[in-house]
Amino acid sequence: MAWERFRKKRDVPEGLWLKCKKCNETLFKKDLEAVLSVCVHCGYHFGLNARERIATLVDPDSFEEMWSDLRAIDRLGFVDKEPYTVKMTKAEAKSGSTEAAMAGVGRIDGLRVSLCVLDFSYMGGSMGTVVGEKVTRALELAADEGIPCIVVACSGGARMHEGALSLMQMAKTSGAIQRLADRGGLFISLLTNPTTGGVTASFAALGDVIYAEPEALIGFAGPRVIQETLRTELPEGFQRSEFLLERGFIDRIVARKDLRATLAQTIRLLAPQPGCNAGSNGGSNTGA
Amino acid sequence: MADSKSTKNTTRTPKAHEVLDFERPIHELEGKIAELEALSSDTNLKLGGEITPLKHRLNRLVQEVFRAISPWQQVQVARAAGRPLCEDFVEGMCDELVELHGDRNFRDDPAMMTAIARIGSHRVMVVAHRKGRDTREKIKAHFGCAHPEGYRKALRKMKLAEKFGLPIVALINTPGAYPGIGAEERGQGWAIAENMQAMFALKVPIVSIVVGEGGSGGALGIGVADRVLMMEHAYYSVISPEGCAAILWGDAKRAPDAAKALRLCSKDLLSFGVVDAVLEEPVGAAHRAPAAAVQELKRVIIEQLDQLGRVPMAELLDMRFKKFRAMGTLFADAAAVR
Repeated sequence: MAWERFRKKRDVPEGLWLKCKKCNETLFKKDLEAVLSVCVHCGYHFGLNARERIATLVDPDSFEEMWSDLRAIDRLGFVDKEPYTVKMTKAEAKSGSTEAAMAGVGRIDGLRVSLCVLDFSYMGGSMGTVVGEKVTRALELAADEGIPCIVVACSGGARMHEGALSLMQMAKTSGAIQRLADRGGLFISLLTNPTTGGVTASFAALGDVIYAEPEALIGFAGPRVIQETLRTELPEGFQRSEFLLERGFIDRIVARKDLRATLAQTIRLLAPQPGCNAGSNGGSNTGA
Repeated sequence: MADSKSTKNTTRTPKAHEVLDFERPIHELEGKIAELEALSSDTNLKLGGEITPLKHRLNRLVQEVFRAISPWQQVQVARAAGRPLCEDFVEGMCDELVELHGDRNFRDDPAMMTAIARIGSHRVMVVAHRKGRDTREKIKAHFGCAHPEGYRKALRKMKLAEKFGLPIVALINTPGAYPGIGAEERGQGWAIAENMQAMFALKVPIVSIVVGEGGSGGALGIGVADRVLMMEHAYYSVISPEGCAAILWGDAKRAPDAAKALRLCSKDLLSFGVVDAVLEEPVGAAHRAPAAAVQELKRVIIEQLDQLGRVPMAELLDMRFKKFRAMGTLFADAAAVR
């Protein structure tokens, strides 16, 4: 089932061979990496962690990571089966990522961009204070430098372990987007499998331009929750990229192999040109 | 088409409030006092000497019980039947009220109430979750769970408020935004996100108050404000305790544990800086004295509007963003973590 596929999503597993999660064809791992982890038989897009994602997007060696030292504090003293602090340590060891987002600056086809990429391999890409802060700083950096900001969403939603502080990251990031807009900056949101919950209901939905990878699960409420609430089967293709495109909520579906070129083209065609302040109202809304 | 409910609030006959499990001892003592009072008026027995100490005891008992309630009991209080709903607060505190309907796009969402109103000397736009008072209303309003058109209705009215310089008063009481097929088809996530972004730019003062359930994104969709207040016995959470328990332990029945872990009570939210102030409720919570709770909310809103009205707009917008910008900005020392 599609939902199971997303739940059990992993980065490409260890070993030389693996089976495509969609068409079940056997794939040689080395080959798969060369084609950006997209199945050559059916086009299924395997999940990427933040580091892998960034490598597919930016010019070689152009990415400089920033704010990599940010780590969450367990303000709530949250314990479920284990303390949140233990959970974070384990998540880091398991995923090799220090948090559910990686941010910094890089170049796409020579164009300098501020980039923040969510990482599903770390606690399901959930948005706690660190993710919210990195997204916000990426937006602020874009505003300060006058460069576009790209945020790649890949998340199950807000992180319960930081309670209302996680929830408030929705407001914080939305406010930062408004600030960037006040200064005429371009914000591109890229939705990948999966993008749900509080991430959908905040920065992911607020791109000047919103792109999505094919067949990504995108929605506010998770399919399980809806199914349990309504006790009915969900329609075929419900909450997939193609469904959202048809309903008018995303601008375009872009296959992974075309993402770099499409992002570069979008920036060239849309981003404010140096020496031209079209679109900017000079921050008059903020009175700064 | 709008049913205009002009001038003066109608006072509803207070219905008996729900008795929560932990309130049983209070309920029993209240019953005893009522019995004695009935007896003393029926007969000519002078029972004042018996009743007065009992009333003192009752007062102490209510205070003790409510001082010691658990987070889960707190959630039950926030949801209790008989606790004033947004619609009760709105009707009770507005000196004039004209409800306005519709998002001019899809339909009128009964789960979101919007109205132009006067509170004291202030003309305001009220946006509020509506849970519904009787079964019919509750079903129509999906028990206070708004659809995207509800959030868009709120946004449309807030922009109307901005056009005519009316401050916005947002009352929050929702289990969460509605999770359904239609809601997803019409962009629930988009509607909430766009509201938040727009609220950061609205050039009028905004006061929001969580009066009952502050259910996640559904609450925040009208929750960005210059002053975010919370009633003492309300809760505000990233996820419902039931939903949290189902995810963490695969068992919604562990909601009491989740409620504790989530730190969703007003004093917690105040300590995190998520809310600016907590409104004290009558002893034993608002459902025991709804009228007093309504008047206190009215007083506080007027006070807040008076203060915010004096702040220059550019400064207000700047402060509005900076307040939310500062939420969740304490981080661990990476070196210490390693």
